[in-house]
Amino acid sequence: MTARAVAALDDFAAEVGTVGTVAVEGCRTRWSAGGPPEPGARLVRAPEGVLEHRPEEMTVRVRAGTAVAELHSALAEKGQRSALPERGGTVGGALAVGEDDLSVLGRGRVRDALLQVRYVSADGRVVTGGGPTVKNVSGFDLPRLFVGSLGTLGLIGEVILRTNPIPPASEWLSSPDADPFAVAASLHKPGAVLWDGVRTWVQLEGHADDVGAQARALETLGSWEPASGPPEVGPHRWSLRPGELRGVPDRIAGDWVASIGVGTVFASEAPPLRSLAGGLGRLAKRMKAEFDPTGRLNPGRHPGGGI
Amino acid sequence: MATVGRRGSLFRLRRAGGTPVGPDGALVAALAGALSPDRVRNDSAERSLLARDASVFKGGLSGPICFPTSTAEVQAIMRISLAYGRAVVPRGAGTGLAGGAIPLGAPVVVSTTKMNRILEVDLDDRVAWVEPGVVNLDLSNHLRPLGFHFAPDPSSQQACTIGGNVANNSGGPHCLAYGVTSHHVVALDVVLPDGDVVTLGGVDPEPGGYDLRGAFVGGEGTLGIATRIAVRITPNPPAVRTLLLAFDSIEGAATTVSDVIAAGIVPAAMEVMDRLITRAVENFVHAGYPDAAAVLLAEVDGMEAGTAIDAERIAAIGRANGAISVRVAADDEERARLWKGRKTAFGAVAQIAPSYYLHDTVVPRSALASVLRSVYAIGEAHQLTIVNVFHAGDGNLHPLILFDPLEPGVLERVHAAGAEIVAASLDAGGVLSGEHGIGVEKRDYMHLMFGPDDLDHQNRLRRAFDPMCRANPGKVIPSSHSCADIQALRSVPTGVWG
Ligand SMILES: Cc1cc2nc3c(=O)[nH]c(=O)nc-3n(C[C@H](O)[C@H](O)[C@H](O)COP(=O)(O)OP(=O)(O)OC[C@H]3O[C@@H](n4cnc5c(N)ncnc54)[C@H](O)[C@@H]3O)c2cc1C
Repeated sequence: MTARAVAALDDFAAEVGTVGTVAVEGCRTRWSAGGPPEPGARLVRAPEGVLEHRPEEMTVRVRAGTAVAELHSALAEKGQRSALPERGGTVGGALAVGEDDLSVLGRGRVRDALLQVRYVSADGRVVTGGGPTVKNVSGFDLPRLFVGSLGTLGLIGEVILRTNPIPPASEWLSSPDADPFAVAASLHKPGAVLWDGVRTWVQLEGHADDVGAQARALETLGSWEPASGPPEVGPHRWSLRPGELRGVPDRIAGDWVASIGVGTVFASEAPPLRSLAGGLGRLAKRMKAEFDPTGRLNPGRHPGGGI
Repeated sequence: MATVGRRGSLFRLRRAGGTPVGPDGALVAALAGALSPDRVRNDSAERSLLARDASVFKGGLSGPICFPTSTAEVQAIMRISLAYGRAVVPRGAGTGLAGGAIPLGAPVVVSTTKMNRILEVDLDDRVAWVEPGVVNLDLSNHLRPLGFHFAPDPSSQQACTIGGNVANNSGGPHCLAYGVTSHHVVALDVVLPDGDVVTLGGVDPEPGGYDLRGAFVGGEGTLGIATRIAVRITPNPPAVRTLLLAFDSIEGAATTVSDVIAAGIVPAAMEVMDRLITRAVENFVHAGYPDAAAVLLAEVDGMEAGTAIDAERIAAIGRANGAISVRVAADDEERARLWKGRKTAFGAVAQIAPSYYLHDTVVPRSALASVLRSVYAIGEAHQLTIVNVFHAGDGNLHPLILFDPLEPGVLERVHAAGAEIVAASLDAGGVLSGEHGIGVEKRDYMHLMFGPDDLDHQNRLRRAFDPMCRANPGKVIPSSHSCADIQALRSVPTGVWG
């Protein structure tokens, strides 16, 4: 830990302070996720900077205010990447929202990528959860609790993330006539299989010979052409069981792109709000009360819409 | 199954004012009414059997033992215990090595051994719903004909349960590429300590709300009892290559491991064994290991071409680090034999010493060689033999401190050496435990890794699940930071290290 890093976190804690409502502002790419913050909340920004990339450990230490794009270009210099979504925003924002990249099958889930979290608590202290190594069961899993918490339990200042090598070859293909479910079943570890009800996109990843062999094998399942990348997707995310995706055309109006094998559907229309009823709602309320008893952190935001 | 400390107790748990608990007649009757009389046991033989797990710790004290068969029965046990002011401790196969399942203060013990059904395998969702008492290997055997397996493969997989894996967030050799248990658990039904039954997580990717599933996994039985678990099933890879590299120094093996990762290869597994353990394994199961200072068992899997390329690159990196031989398993039979050696390593230790204390820490991969040097030096300084067999790919060390419990004064030296190994690992930028958990073993080391505010926040997570500290009290969080302080336990454990 460099002296500068400590100062940055302490400065962030001082800025958050101990009184009044506060909301963290990143790049505002997901500003309304879980509801926009209440108007009266003071806006704060998390510190920025990629602090230490250790390729041989497959970890990177980075401040939460850093843009994901900046992080990924730093990692790419050493041939690595992370699970954070390429769709923009800051590292802290991406973790707080918990949204996975479109290529989640290849990159892994955001919730599995956060090894250590350092955050400012509701009473203005810097707290550390998790540890610096890729494997760790020392105590309770605060990092996983924080992914997707929309900054309502603590304000993320600095993290250590798991990184992964960028595969030697990667190729996007698309087909107007392939059955996306047959495609997904035929591939071993694709990066992504996406479907908009008509067209199917696949991302093949791995060694060049394997990517080539898989591309040839796909020809038995449809006609394919190269694609420059994934399709444009809508701003909203529906969450369905992977086995339910065949029914999406009857279920979701407007434009959508479904992630086959995952269950996320990116859509132009918002999904219905879910409510956390019964014991689960009580448990979530107790969790919020333990970490932010006065409700000063990101007021107005509700993970899952339910609390 | 474990040979750990079978001939003596290492450290006795101290109990302040440990009043022996009486026959618990009314409590037992209430529990028997909710389950059935034959599934509630209270005889002293059985209670003393369940006072231990596979760790070296003695001094647990079990209350009545229940064998529920459903979520509703677990809920009834929880409510009855609450009404009688008694804590509850879940228990799987008892193979835990950190004392997680050891009952402190005569709690009601909930054994999951009769909840051992595989409920459903859904190939469209790629999940299996199981009861918590299902044995890890039984699940993978069940999935094999379908072309799938359950990825976490602890060396204890023939005995340990999925519920125990969830509670300890267990790992195994193949967790290097595939991730530990938490990566593979998508949803759980949990009976909370207040008797509420909740489903945490979901088979869909973003069930909404806080990731309470993620918070529960690794909770070591202190957050509630899992009664149904949905795990992701992993397709068997089309191609596998297994290599055995021998080195004339353990540094050569350790450096190979970090060089492989630095080269952008993530093998399915990388396991290292040192000379003493290799010899013991060879005598025990004839796995075909060469006599060398260290062997590295590496496995790559995936598509055909990439697997072949990565295997060659690993061999080349090994040779560059002084590998004296490189062998690639020619067929499934040879591959199984190489793995059998690794998986029976702990059992093979019995050939060298009557007992051992198995440690579990993680260090950065690049620090493996230097921390291993420290580990051997610590052994020498305390006149103890230490052997190493470990998940090198994750930097997860497993030093085994060998001893004869009949030797006077040996326990203090074992204790001191263990504490120094933990300190050396933390000094190198490592952590207290990679997969065995904190339990009672490392509870009082937690302050070495976390400050008071950090521990306070872990305890807040705990309190949200269990405001009254009814589930497995006395574990994980040091007592000065735990809610156990405010709880009227009949006997409060005050630390295992005396
Ligand atoms: C020879 C040997 C080799 C081992 N190798 C490995 C290894 O490679 N990797 C590894 O990670 N571990 C290993 N272990 C440790 C151990 O096997 C694992 O921690 C295992 O997951 C424990 O499972 P169990 O069913 O025996 O749980 P138990 O020991 O019975 O319990 C462990 C913890 O889980 C809690 N628990 C059990 N069931 C539930 C439930 N349904 N709900 C909530 N909490 C519950 C208990 O309260 C306790 O805190 C090894 C142990 C031995 C003896």
